Amino acid sequence: MEYNALVIHIRDNVVVALRNLALGEEVRAKGVEGFPVLQEIPASHKIALRDIPSGEEIIKYGETVAVTSRNIKKGEWVHTHNLESKRWKK
Amino acid sequence: MREITGYARKNGKYGVRNHVLVLATVACVNGVINRISREAPEAVCVPHSFGCGRGSLRDTQILFRILASMVHHPNVGAVVLIGLGCERSNTKSLLPFIEKAEKPIEIFNVQDCGSLQTAKKGAEAARRLLAGISGQTRIPLPWEKLLVAMECGGSDAMSGVTANVALGAVSDWLVGKGASVIFGENTEMIGTSHVLARRARNEEVGKKIVEMIDQAEQRTKDIMGNLASWVISPGNMDGGMSTIAEKSMGCIHKGGATTINQVVDYGEWPTEKGLILQDGPGYDGDSMAGLAASGSQLMFFSTGRGTPAGFPAVPVIKVASNTRVYQTMIDDMDINAGSLIEGKSLEELREEMIDQMIRVINGEKTKAEANEMDVFTIMTVNPPF
Repeated sequence: MEYNALVIHIRDNVVVALRNLALGEEVRAKGVEGFPVLQEIPASHKIALRDIPSGEEIIKYGETVAVTSRNIKKGEWVHTHNLESKRWKK
Repeated sequence: MREITGYARKNGKYGVRNHVLVLATVACVNGVINRISREAPEAVCVPHSFGCGRGSLRDTQILFRILASMVHHPNVGAVVLIGLGCERSNTKSLLPFIEKAEKPIEIFNVQDCGSLQTAKKGAEAARRLLAGISGQTRIPLPWEKLLVAMECGGSDAMSGVTANVALGAVSDWLVGKGASVIFGENTEMIGTSHVLARRARNEEVGKKIVEMIDQAEQRTKDIMGNLASWVISPGNMDGGMSTIAEKSMGCIHKGGATTINQVVDYGEWPTEKGLILQDGPGYDGDSMAGLAASGSQLMFFSTGRGTPAGFPAVPVIKVASNTRVYQTMIDDMDINAGSLIEGKSLEELREEMIDQMIRVINGEKTKAEANEMDVFTIMTVNPPF
């Protein structure tokens, strides 16, 4: 099977698109059951691996890299529009 | 068959190369170094921009440490040192720092006989030393004697997703084998203090990590002022980086996830094994010099935009983060981590990189080595005068 996404660390709650993904395209990553993306995802951007409530940490590389600023659904694009930096606030 | 071999040095270190190094003590003699390079092309000749006019005690310390470390470097079997005579790092002043190197060193100064005679003597010495060390043979190299540096530069959005992840997998594998791994670039650790400090061997190492990154962040703010937050740029964000912590995580991932056993100063030799951090700058050339001066015999270097840079006497394995740059710069790239995007598993890529690394350790030239893409530049803290 050809993968189009990568789970970097087992603890991660996001998966990284390895190429541009079209609306509804299935995420295919090792160790993950396929699921559709809810919007277009640019290459190297993050996709939620499960529903993530507002205020929860985003884990990538097995570490906290941001906090969600709203509820995020599985398959949704995860980026600055629904995140806050814990460090230098927007 | 995964045995590695190297050259045993009298000080207990092992080299993975056996080079004759022709080193300038100051930029004024670069022309002499270039002449020697033409007459003795097998020697590794290092001209550079330093030697005088260093702006502070710290800069002078760095200059002496890096030049001396090049002489001591385990990949170097013998040295021709070319000085001028009146420079800060003149051969007399350097002598106390290199006299215990336990390898043949021949020293010539241009103010003793002029540039052409120095070049002639230097080239003869280089050829003599090349012949002299050519009989040394490789013996099995214990993994515990290997220090591998991890570097990233000319990064793109995929660097933190493919290439640095692959470097991290190799780092973890190396530490598991008993080898050591070192990486620096403190500006690219901003936002990851908590992560790196948590991995520290003990409280003292953790404190050093936090101090190092706090200082890097403060320096960034001092230099860039209100623009500091642009350390994460619109380009980074377009590439999928949402926060500075996420960007830095992509960078520090190249060291893997094992315990951090020591923080060393720029160019300082580690006294511990396993994963080591270096308090060094983000600029590739300066960073490589610090990592090499710390005694690393080999480097992995990930790149997304593509840089051909290698380092004198140290094999540098170039890892492309995407297939496009791998193909565009096929003459410069050794590994394509973009293959992860085309379906190769991380385990497969890691094995490919380990196999490549072992071949390189055992003598196969990297692209940067074969192309002689050496870059030698060192960290400067204060403006030179």
